[in-house]
Amino acid sequence: REREREREMCTLEKRGSLFILTLTGDDQHRLNPNLIDAIKAALHRVRSESSTTPSALIITAQGKFFSNGYDLAWAKSSGPAASTLDRLQLMSSKLRSLVNDLISFPMPTIAVVSGHASAAGFILALCHDYVLMRKDRGFLYMSELDIGFKIPAWFMALVRCKIGSPMSRRDVVLRAAKLTAVAAAEKGIIDSAHDSAEETVKAAVRLGEELVGRKWDGHVYAQHRRVLFADVLGAIEFDETVEDVSYATKALFVGA
Amino acid sequence: MCTLEKRGSLFILTLMGNDEHRLNPTLIDAIKAALHQIRSDFSTTTTPSALITTAHGKFFSNGYDLAWAKTSDPASPTTDRLLLMSSKFRSLINDFISLPMPTIAAVSGHASAAGFILALCHDYVLMRKDRGFLYMSELDIGFKLPDWFMTFLRCKIGSPMAWRDVVLRATKLTAEMAAEKGIIDSAHASVEETIKAALRLGEELVGRKWDGHVYAQNRKIMLADVLAATGFDETVEDASHVSKALSRL
Repeated sequence: REREREREMCTLEKRGSLFILTLTGDDQHRLNPNLIDAIKAALHRVRSESSTTPSALIITAQGKFFSNGYDLAWAKSSGPAASTLDRLQLMSSKLRSLVNDLISFPMPTIAVVSGHASAAGFILALCHDYVLMRKDRGFLYMSELDIGFKIPAWFMALVRCKIGSPMSRRDVVLRAAKLTAVAAAEKGIIDSAHDSAEETVKAAVRLGEELVGRKWDGHVYAQHRRVLFADVLGAIEFDETVEDVSYATKALFVGA
Repeated sequence: MCTLEKRGSLFILTLMGNDEHRLNPTLIDAIKAALHQIRSDFSTTTTPSALITTAHGKFFSNGYDLAWAKTSDPASPTTDRLLLMSSKFRSLINDFISLPMPTIAAVSGHASAAGFILALCHDYVLMRKDRGFLYMSELDIGFKLPDWFMTFLRCKIGSPMAWRDVVLRATKLTAEMAAEKGIIDSAHASVEETIKAALRLGEELVGRKWDGHVYAQNRKIMLADVLAATGFDETVEDASHVSKALSRL
C-alpha cells in the first residue's frame, strides 16, 4: 500500500499554453482517495501556474482504462461494515469536491477518453467542456444498474446537464448501454470520435490551441460554466447513497 | 426607431434605420410602445393575430448600448445606465412573453448578446442564411452573462452541446448552423424570403384560431422559469460585478 501511494498516480505536462494531466499506469485508475487527491493537487498546480495567460487543460490516461469508477475493492477491504461506509463516504465526498474544482476551473477543459470510462469514471469524463474519444476500443458505461448499485441523484444532475435527449439518458441510465465512441458521438454525448489514442490526443491539442487563441478571461469563463451547471453545483452538496445508511449497507452486500 | 404595420391579421414590427439597433432605453421604449399598441388593438377586436419582428440594415440587434452607458456625467453614472437598460430590457422580454398572439422573429442580420435574446424570445425564429450571425458575445468581451440570460437560453435551446457552443465557446452561428442545432426554426435564402416565410407561417398560425389570452397563458407557463429569472440581474445590482464591467467598457 505504501509503495502504491509513492508511485506517481498522475503526471502534469505543459505544452505551450496547454496543460496535459495524465492518469499513469496500466491499471483501472479507480477513483480512490489517493488518485482523487493526486488529480486535485495537479489541478491546483495548473491554477497557480496559469493565472495570467489563457490556457486549456487536457485530461487523459494510460492503459486500457480512462477510469473504471470508484475503488469498491478498497472500500470493502477494511473489514467492518461501518468503516466500509466511511470509505464510500470519503470517496464520494472527494469526488464531489473534484467535480466542483473542474466546474470552477478557470480555463476550457478537454477529456481525452483513452479507454473504458465507467460509472464515476464516466462522470469524470462528462465534467469536461469537450469530450473526445478513441473509436478503436473502450466504452462509456454507466455500470451501476448491472452491478446493483443505485445511481446518486448528483450523477443524474450531471447526466441531465450533459445529455439532452431523454432517449439517450434512458439508454445510459436505464439500459446500462456500453457506448462506443461512435455511438456516443451520434447521441451527442461526446464531441468527436478518433481513430486511435494518439489521434485523439492530437485532436485535443489542436482544439486546446484553438480555444486558447480566443484569449478568454479564465475567471469569466469559469463564471459562465458555473451558471451553466448550477444544478450540478447544487446537487453535489449531498450524496444520499452514502449518507443514507440503508442504501450504503445494501451496496456493501450486493456490490462488485 | 421602429414602425408597426398591420397586414391582414398580421402585425409587422420593424426596427428602422441602418444602425446596430442597440437596445438603449429609447429603442426599448419604442418597441414597448408598439407592443402596447398591438395589445390595445387586440383587446378591441380580439381576432386571432400574430406578430412578426424584423429589422432594416445589417443588424437585427447588436445588444445593449454600451457606448451610451459609458458616461462621465455625475448626474447619471454608468452603473445607473446599465441598471436602467437591464431593467427595461427585462420588462420588454416580459411583454413579449405575455403577448396574446404567436410571435415570429424574422432575423434579418446580426443578433448579438441581448439582441440574440431578443430574437429568441419569439415563439418562432426564422433567419436569412446569406449573411448575419447569432452570437453570444459576452465571453469574447469579458462580460459575465447574467444568470437570467442563461435560464432563458436553457429554456429555448435543448442540446447541452449547443448551450456549450453558445455560452462557453461564443460561437458565431450562421442561420444554417443554428437550424442544425435546433436553435432556430429555419434558414432562408435572403431577407425577402425570410419575411415571406414568416408571413406564411403567421397566416397558418392565425388560421388555428387560438384564443390569444389562452395562448399567452400557455406561453407563460412554458417559460415560467424565464419569467421568474427576469426579476433580477445580478450583473447590474451587484456593485462588484458592475465595477468589473465598467473597467471593460
